Amino acid sequence: MTPFPDRLSWRWVRVWQRNWTVYITSLPVRFLTPILEPILYIVAFGLGLGTFVDSIPYRGEQLSYVTFIAPGLIAITIMFNAFFENTYASFVRMYYQKTFDAMLATPLVIEEVITAEIAWGATLAFIASALVMAVVSAFGLLVYPCSFWILPVAALGGIAFGAVGMSITALMPNIDLFNVPIFLFITPMFLFSGTFFPLVTLPVWAQKFALLFPLTHVTIIVRALGRNRWVPEQWWSVGYLAVFAAFFYVLALILMRRRLIK
Amino acid sequence: MQARLRELIVEENAEALVSAEGLTKTFNGFKAVDDISFVVRKGECFGLLGPNGAGKTTTVRMVYGFSPVSSGKLTIFGMDALQQRREVKDRIGVCQQENNLDPDLTALKNLEVFGRYFNMNAALRRQRARELLKFIKLESKADSKIPELSGGMMRRLLIARALINDPHLIILDEPTTGLDPQSRRATWELLTQLKGEGKGILLTTHYMEEAAQLCDRLVIMDHGRILIEGKPARLIEEIIGSHVLEVVEASDEILQVAERKSCSVEKVMGRTIFYGPQVRELFGEIGPRCQEGCSLRMATLEDVFLKLTGRELRE
Repeated sequence: MTPFPDRLSWRWVRVWQRNWTVYITSLPVRFLTPILEPILYIVAFGLGLGTFVDSIPYRGEQLSYVTFIAPGLIAITIMFNAFFENTYASFVRMYYQKTFDAMLATPLVIEEVITAEIAWGATLAFIASALVMAVVSAFGLLVYPCSFWILPVAALGGIAFGAVGMSITALMPNIDLFNVPIFLFITPMFLFSGTFFPLVTLPVWAQKFALLFPLTHVTIIVRALGRNRWVPEQWWSVGYLAVFAAFFYVLALILMRRRLIK
Repeated sequence: MQARLRELIVEENAEALVSAEGLTKTFNGFKAVDDISFVVRKGECFGLLGPNGAGKTTTVRMVYGFSPVSSGKLTIFGMDALQQRREVKDRIGVCQQENNLDPDLTALKNLEVFGRYFNMNAALRRQRARELLKFIKLESKADSKIPELSGGMMRRLLIARALINDPHLIILDEPTTGLDPQSRRATWELLTQLKGEGKGILLTTHYMEEAAQLCDRLVIMDHGRILIEGKPARLIEEIIGSHVLEVVEASDEILQVAERKSCSVEKVMGRTIFYGPQVRELFGEIGPRCQEGCSLRMATLEDVFLKLTGRELRE
């Protein structure tokens, strides 16, 4: 076994740069989704569904429905961008384009390639979150300057969701099977992480279960920062996300080495 | 004799780029490469020849550090390749079997981005990339996306990409598989030029003409083992002789004449092949009697393989 310093060096940035080089060639198109999607949500939920919702109490203030879901929109943006990049897009690079194989014939090692892929997923989560924040801020739905702290949270959440995605990618025999983890993992989180309604409306067991979801914690943190209602207990959420990210990052490295190095 | 001696001395003195001793690769108990040893020297093209599944790709993958070595010793550029992986890989250029050019990037960007993996600076990458596009005669396609290129162009670009770091050793895994004859010739020409520049080339192939054209020395592999090693022309001469006689349907009479002339016989896919020092005389005697069914031709590496294994090389 090669000693660890030899398995991970700063050379991983070279792989990140490759993805950046590709990204900037298709830039205007890549911005469309994060800009238009929150507008659709705000119109559908704010004007449509929101007219039936009085207001939602949150830490001593009454929020309009659209104000309540704005942090949720940022949270799901973090999840979707990192997770889909490190599942479908990474799988295409690994399996169809054999990009990883080509990289492994250079001084790069697999751990660097995977680290860069996850960092890239987190980068996309970061960029998309910044765009969504800009859009919802235009509707006056975020409080500043504390909302700027959402950006580093987007990066951490991006690593967490990207690392899970990468671990799944390492196990996927073919691209169609991604439907299964999406149905089992992403859809329930999307719906039951306090993004579109407060978790207190759920039975207690379901509330506790929801605390296992990383998206629940991202939502808790982003909402507190977005409304300037940070309380010290939220460091537990930050800690949970960090441990979750670290665990799946290491798992992704192990599984990918097992899959690709033969 | 004198010339042969001098040749041997030169061979022994040329710097060894790769030296493999007892190289073995085991997959779940199956020995894909079984205790092979060889040396690749500076300025030579060394070929691994063999049918699919012989262990050629597994061997080169170990050499370029993609696959961990199960056992054996691997010294590259005088360094222990199992310990100093990165230093070794920094000076190797690899052209893998499948086309793994980056379809998201243009031809020029493919080369530049690849140079980045070797920590080359931007100016050097750009300069090298331009030079290489010129070398492979694809300057006009610098800004084309990969799917717009033909198979032959992609293959040349893959070779150019393998040269971006100015490697001392170039490893090519079946560089012309699936190419049309013109593209194949163009690829051979590129490789011959590189050899002239003093780079070492390690090549796998299952094409006989390719090995005969390019390789200074080669080994024939089958079932993970090396059957024989040597210079292509000499291998043919020593094992087969200059010519072989191929007969479509050999009658008992022909077989008897062959036996009298002590020619060796090998039967394959309905044809009978005769070789040995007296094969020309054999042809002289039986030729007039079997008309189209007989042909006397130059011996090839394929005959060497056939004689060694009793089966055809291409499968």
